[in-house]
Amino acid sequence: MSSNTFIAFQKNEDTRCIVEAIVDDNPGAVVVDQPAMVKVDVPGRMVIKRTTVEEKLGREFDLQELQVHLITISGHLDETDDEFCLSWEQ
Amino acid sequence: MSVASIGPYEFESRDSLRHFNGKQLLYVNWEKHRMFSRPFVLALRPETPFSVLLEKYIPEAYAFHPDFPRIDWTQVIWQNSSMRFVPEPGKTLAENGIGHKDLIRFTTPGLDGLNGSGY
Amino acid sequence: MTTAPPKKLSLKERYTLMTRDLAWDTTYQPMSKVYPQVGYEGIKIHDWNRWEDPFRLTMDAYWKYQAEKERKLYAILDAFNQNNGHLTVTDARYINVLKLYLGSTPPLELMAARGFTNMGRQMVGAGPRVACLMQAVDEYRHFQTQIHSVSNYNKYYNGLDEFAHQQSRMWYLSDGKSFFDDAITAGPFEFMVAIGFAFEYVLTNILFVPFISGAAYNGDLAAMTVGFSAQSDEARHMTLGLECIKFLLEQDPDNLPIVQRWIDKWTWRGTRKLGAVGMMMDYMLPKRIMSFKEAWEIYFEQNGSALFNDLARYGIKVPACFSQTVVEKEHVSHQSWIGFYMKSRAMSFHTWVPGPEELDWLSEKYPNTFDRFYRPTLEHWDKMEKQGKRFVNNTQPMNCQCCLNTIKYNEPDDPMSTCFRESVYKGEKFHFCSDHCKAIFDHEPEKYVQAYISSHQALQGNCAPEGVDVTANDFDPARYMNDFWRLDPRATGDFNGSDDQKNFAAWRAQATTN
Repeated sequence: MSSNTFIAFQKNEDTRCIVEAIVDDNPGAVVVDQPAMVKVDVPGRMVIKRTTVEEKLGREFDLQELQVHLITISGHLDETDDEFCLSWEQ
Repeated sequence: MSVASIGPYEFESRDSLRHFNGKQLLYVNWEKHRMFSRPFVLALRPETPFSVLLEKYIPEAYAFHPDFPRIDWTQVIWQNSSMRFVPEPGKTLAENGIGHKDLIRFTTPGLDGLNGSGY
Repeated sequence: MTTAPPKKLSLKERYTLMTRDLAWDTTYQPMSKVYPQVGYEGIKIHDWNRWEDPFRLTMDAYWKYQAEKERKLYAILDAFNQNNGHLTVTDARYINVLKLYLGSTPPLELMAARGFTNMGRQMVGAGPRVACLMQAVDEYRHFQTQIHSVSNYNKYYNGLDEFAHQQSRMWYLSDGKSFFDDAITAGPFEFMVAIGFAFEYVLTNILFVPFISGAAYNGDLAAMTVGFSAQSDEARHMTLGLECIKFLLEQDPDNLPIVQRWIDKWTWRGTRKLGAVGMMMDYMLPKRIMSFKEAWEIYFEQNGSALFNDLARYGIKVPACFSQTVVEKEHVSHQSWIGFYMKSRAMSFHTWVPGPEELDWLSEKYPNTFDRFYRPTLEHWDKMEKQGKRFVNNTQPMNCQCCLNTIKYNEPDDPMSTCFRESVYKGEKFHFCSDHCKAIFDHEPEKYVQAYISSHQALQGNCAPEGVDVTANDFDPARYMNDFWRLDPRATGDFNGSDDQKNFAAWRAQATTN
């Protein structure tokens, strides 16, 4: 069984859309609501796709904007213009 | 092992005996009475009689506990760190073999704290 | 000539251009003289270019997003303060968690800023240098924003104003000070493993995520926004720490045993540092979000296992202390609260016995330990307080020579007995709270013999005012300690009967009546 990757955000309108995008793109995603924050667990590998986030937000989105909302992550990170990827599979 | 360093690395202990003005450190702990959280520390001259612990410092520190008046002092087991010893109250700390930074632990058989909780 | 607009640079191109391409190797002086500290710890590096920041964050983007974070943070702080937000917290007991958390953390953030400034100077590769520079600025920002956040509380509540003076003197702040002093006086790679990896990656989730979410749950918008704003930087710090570990292990197989020792050492030091966080979660938040034990399971055991399973391919083993922390999660928060409750006259925050419903919550969350070991003491104290005999321990503590905590934790296999360990170095005895602290000392005794133990300083006479004969037989150092610490007497003692309790009730009544 592969380990969980996770990401947590402050709860706001932007991250509501980001979390929706994660759920769409990552089968097996589990959303955990906590006071003022939201955490998403995905086994093995999680990808946040710029295009999906843009669809949800209805505007252009630079993945580096995630910096403003992030609380914590778990997994090896690889970030490009199009994908923000966390993984325990090397 | 020693410290990896960019130059000589030698420092005196901050709590070596010479810093205590002729006194030495002594730690005292009542076993299985952890309501007091941790041992207490005193600085005493080595010529201090052991009886001062029994008559003054230990009662002052521990009298709050309901077990304290029930201690049978003839049954108490004494340790200096992990070594059992039988203190001679009339003799000094030094004569009882107690040196700088020694830890005196005493166990009171049959008394294990509130409801036997160790506290 | 074409007239097409220049193509926008990709993230990877921009990162390469603005980090590595701006760096150069020196020629007038050998690189080993320009970066003199990277060799002496025994770490071998062959190719600094292998270290890349996976966020690929460049300074221009850094300033842009950090500025946005600051604007959000201060807008919220202003609104909170203008709206008398301090009266919206669940209960005035809550303020005490801020006194402890924000009274101890800002000076540590400052030490982290100093440490990462030095790392930015010492790292040879441009990738880690830029990442360390950003982290240094982040840590300085945390130091400032925490003080700004607490300054509003300081207008209304006691015990918040002398944190800078107390940092180097106060008995219960010495564990945190020792932690950072140890790290910053180590070599650059040990500092990176200590703070970047063990503290940021493995442990700060416990501090910031459930605890700050708990602050939000208790209505403290100010601490929540400061905490989350800081935590948005931590994801980057954690990544730097993990990249550092991978980089060291990939560079040379000889690095493995050194890195393993640092992971063992700093995971344990961090665990001891977090004992007080357990007490904050289980005892000091009036509304509780999860127990310390649950947080430990999610953020240390599960997340840590994922990490160490992954690092196993390099030969890294789970830290030696891991199994002990799993046993201790059932105990540390209770043992910490007992230790603080009884010293209420020597602290700048209040303590109390939890109410009956809170005791029930603790029983439910800690079915294996709370009723058996801890509830009887708390109920006894409650009974005694109601008889006017509130428990106070007036003695001076014994501390661990390594982690500087008071020696208050139990033998791993016996919750009823205190754990004692000792070593003799150059004819002098040194005492420890655990096997792990003893092992850390035994490896570098020259370092830890310098530890500043508050009670010993008092007994040496270093805390009494001039003119007092500290060599006298009846010299009583305890008389002078509260002045030495600049402890506000209004901030000490039990919460019941405190100024904070009375003022909060009066102010909240004003806010809800005419």
